Amino acid sequence: MLKTFIIGIILGIAAAAGALYAYPAVDQHREASIVAVAPNGGNVESFHVNIPMDRVMVGAPGRKQPLPPGMQWPTDENLGGIRMELFKVRNTRDIVVGVASRTSASDADVIEWVLHLPARGSLYVSMQAEALEGGLRRGGITAGSREFAPLNGFMTERWVADASAEQGAPSGRIELRANYIGEYVPEDPEDEGDLE
Amino acid sequence: MKYLVSLAAGVILGVSLFAAFLIFNPFLTDRRLSPLSLSDAEVMSLSYSTVPSESIVFTNDGESRHQPHPAKVLQLWEAPIRLTSMMASVMKDARGQVAGIGVKFSSRSERTRLLNGDALVDSAWYIYLPGRGSLFIEQSENYWPFIREVAFPAWRSSANNWKGTWLGDMTAGPGALGTARVTGGTGDLRGLDTQGVESLSTRAYSADQGLVSAEGRILIELPSIVADDANQ
Repeated sequence: MLKTFIIGIILGIAAAAGALYAYPAVDQHREASIVAVAPNGGNVESFHVNIPMDRVMVGAPGRKQPLPPGMQWPTDENLGGIRMELFKVRNTRDIVVGVASRTSASDADVIEWVLHLPARGSLYVSMQAEALEGGLRRGGITAGSREFAPLNGFMTERWVADASAEQGAPSGRIELRANYIGEYVPEDPEDEGDLE
Repeated sequence: MKYLVSLAAGVILGVSLFAAFLIFNPFLTDRRLSPLSLSDAEVMSLSYSTVPSESIVFTNDGESRHQPHPAKVLQLWEAPIRLTSMMASVMKDARGQVAGIGVKFSSRSERTRLLNGDALVDSAWYIYLPGRGSLFIEQSENYWPFIREVAFPAWRSSANNWKGTWLGDMTAGPGALGTARVTGGTGDLRGLDTQGVESLSTRAYSADQGLVSAEGRILIELPSIVADDANQ
């Protein structure tokens, strides 16, 4: 019986170690990325934020009705010119795939986005505050993490008002269109010379 | 029958021994020395409260130990973001003055390997410092030393809490020396490409409510040009 007990201990240790090795402690839910190839090179991926349902926070001084209700935005005068919003981000199938922040500040003529897609990484974009024709804003991808780390490119932001007049429909949406351009890495260093 | 009972008792003891080995394994030691403490460069220090109720906004799936703040904030319940939390917080400088606002996005990492002592969280910070510019910080954090030295003792305690002083570097990458990658976006910090380390200082932790008294600190190495601008 003692031998059985000792075998049980060894089996228990092996089973626990095997289970920890074989089964991931964290398994992020993934939605398939919907990426298209851009005509002039690179890849295009679109996201959107439904307003108001995907808005998590609107932080700005002097708002009478804070979002979320009960939030206390700091009153320090240094922070007076900052407007920060937090959102959930959806893919083109209208499925929530991540979260994002949008920040504008009166002392810098810029609007900055950070998109955080849990299973993939984060994207940091700095945009011109002034909108282009058609209400479009455009900015370069300043940095990225994990899947987005080696990518350059740009992202555009556009407000699209909802015209459906359906009950419960969002008032509109912020459309984000990311254009990823990867860095060219030659398989053979001699290939680089051929291109010159 | 008695052999079966004996085998089952042995298996249970084996699993318990393995769990104890994981928690008390002296080879999975904490790395307490920040790589930035060996650097000659100037560092920028930013601190914030890691207690959700002291943040501007904190949200997660609503079912975790840390409760969303304020209570009516939208929760991250959708499957792709269920293992993610988002926090907006006031950032203070080394003198305790308000320096800016930061947002931290944290997601549990699929690279977590408890066998190796890696309980990883992939996180990204966006920090806006009025008059200076903005920063983006990407990092992997390892919570295993915190779980082992704070959360587990709190869970084991009859009062379900832990009090003391615990200070540890959470950043474990992606830099080769276990540092975070820091990128400047606008203002004086535009073009900055440097490294940073986030640390956590905990004084009280509850197994039911999570952090009760704790402060986070981010140290960012400043290249000489940016440091000179900051001093002017």
